[in-house]
Amino acid sequence: MTLAVNKISKQFGRFPALNSVSLQAREGEFLALLGPSGSGKTTLLRVIAGLDKPDQGSVFMDGVDFLKLSARERRVGLVFQQYALFRHMTVAKNIAFGLDVRPGKSRPSRQAIKARVDELLALTHIQGLGDRYPAQLSGGQRQRVAVARALAFEPRILLLDEPFGALDTKVRKELRSELRRIHDETGVTTILVTHDQEEAMALADRVVLMNRGQIEQLGSPQELDDAPASPFVFEFLGECNRLPCKVSGGVALNNGFAAPIIGGGTSEGEGEALFRPSDTQLDSGPVGDGLPVRVVQVGGRGALRTIECQALSGHRLFAELPEHLAGHFEAGQRARLTARRVVVDIKAKSADPSASHLEAPTREIA
Amino acid sequence: MIGTVARRPIRGPIPIALLLIALGWIGLTIGAPLATVLVEATAKGSDAFFAAFGDPDAQAAIRLTLIVAAIAVPLNAAFGLAAAWSIAKFNFRGKSLLLAIIDLPLSMSPVVSGLVWVLLFGANGWFAPWLEAADIKIVFALPGIVLGTILVTVPLIARELIPLMSAQGADEELAASTLGAGGWTTFRRVTLPNVRWALLHGVLLCNARAMGEFGAVSVLSGHIRGLTETLPLHVEAVYNEYDFVGAFACATLLAGLAVVTLVAKTILERAGASAAKKGSAK
Repeated sequence: MTLAVNKISKQFGRFPALNSVSLQAREGEFLALLGPSGSGKTTLLRVIAGLDKPDQGSVFMDGVDFLKLSARERRVGLVFQQYALFRHMTVAKNIAFGLDVRPGKSRPSRQAIKARVDELLALTHIQGLGDRYPAQLSGGQRQRVAVARALAFEPRILLLDEPFGALDTKVRKELRSELRRIHDETGVTTILVTHDQEEAMALADRVVLMNRGQIEQLGSPQELDDAPASPFVFEFLGECNRLPCKVSGGVALNNGFAAPIIGGGTSEGEGEALFRPSDTQLDSGPVGDGLPVRVVQVGGRGALRTIECQALSGHRLFAELPEHLAGHFEAGQRARLTARRVVVDIKAKSADPSASHLEAPTREIA
Repeated sequence: MIGTVARRPIRGPIPIALLLIALGWIGLTIGAPLATVLVEATAKGSDAFFAAFGDPDAQAAIRLTLIVAAIAVPLNAAFGLAAAWSIAKFNFRGKSLLLAIIDLPLSMSPVVSGLVWVLLFGANGWFAPWLEAADIKIVFALPGIVLGTILVTVPLIARELIPLMSAQGADEELAASTLGAGGWTTFRRVTLPNVRWALLHGVLLCNARAMGEFGAVSVLSGHIRGLTETLPLHVEAVYNEYDFVGAFACATLLAGLAVVTLVAKTILERAGASAAKKGSAK
């Protein structure tokens, strides 16, 4: 099954929730809609599910015009953050609901429904819980029931709205890999909405990174990591150091600091270099390349240590080093700092970091 | 469980004194009058007691009371469900106004609830010319009594349902519709079962109030013996004629209704609580 979302726009009052968003999901693909709150990811999911009507654009599922169908007619499996299980029904009844309510002849026989329920209890690893009520289950178990219920009536597509948001970290990680397994076993096209970049990058075949109602970048986790389309993407996907720099010939420069810009880049001028603590290198030698800094603090435990440094200009920069390298540094010591790779935010000259996103050019992504 | 306070056995003079005051007050204001009803009703023996119900006027009053309740309670249940559904599950203009209007009869004297209908449909009322022309009698007839009863009891079911439905939200209904359920199926299989105990509770209270209503009905009934007198009106009429046994015998019916309501209410609350336990315990 393929989903084609074409130039969808949606406004709430004067707030543009979605601004001409287009994307396609391939058959059996696992997509993650990732973005900060207010980026439009949940609105897009609701438009696909039929809970919100877009102002413009089209949604086709295998050639069927979804916008002409009500939520009820779309046969879309939807999983809510707060589970939304039917509280007065047993787990088995919950899972059977989508089949039970089919009219007349299209309703499967009682045995067929029971077989399907058993199949889904097994798929979601909650065998033996069929007679329980939702309130008698843990949060993780409830979300498994919700997934089973959404899959039982063989939906065209499975949509999940922050499904792990209400769960604690341990259960969340466990359920995350379970969701991927269930997806791989059923092969159902799946779209997950999340604000957790780690979750999106770990689970999805492709990630749709959204910001202010538009798609910033759409690609595999690897592509987003290797070739971020904008400073926003780079910043959203991980921790960043920021350092003012001059840009020349694909290199970001600042007082001995010289780091290659990802993708080269053709712009010249002034800007801010963004780079990850894990891409940051420290050298304790007295001479050589690198931005002169003073070590403020060595923190962290285990194999990776975080070293906080301060440049002469006052900027605080963090470097993540393996334990054996971090051992060379202590507070107060002088060192030189470089980065393996940076992203440059050319327009961010002012001190207001939010202004950069307002002005950031949005790119067309195929 | 939230809301449960650790209880201690009563000890010391002050708690015991408070307890005695509470019990004494209840005995004086509720127990004694109830006992009086029973004593007076059976003062001239059981024959006289049962003879009171043989009176055709008494039977007519009982019949009328049942008819009024049988019309008013289902209508209020339907209205209460519709109002609670729209208030709890949707946002619309005038929502808080609707909420306030539903509560209005609670703070209004029942006599006023009766008088407004007289003002509208009475002999000198706004609609009197049309009603006269169409030969429809509302005031001093069954329709008027039903209208007065409905107006007095309209908040009772809605108020049971609104807080519960608001707390439950609309997520389950959304889930049901994405799973292919239509509006009626969703209502029947998801919404209604989720509020069934509260609905029964409201129906019970509404019924007790509808059968016992005096003020509004008194204004609207016209007190025609055997025709437009409900049980509470009949009790008053008989009492005013110094037929104390007859009055108190009929009063035992109303008192009995209160006791039955109380017992049923307790049972429902237990059932509701155990359903809630099923619905909230880990």
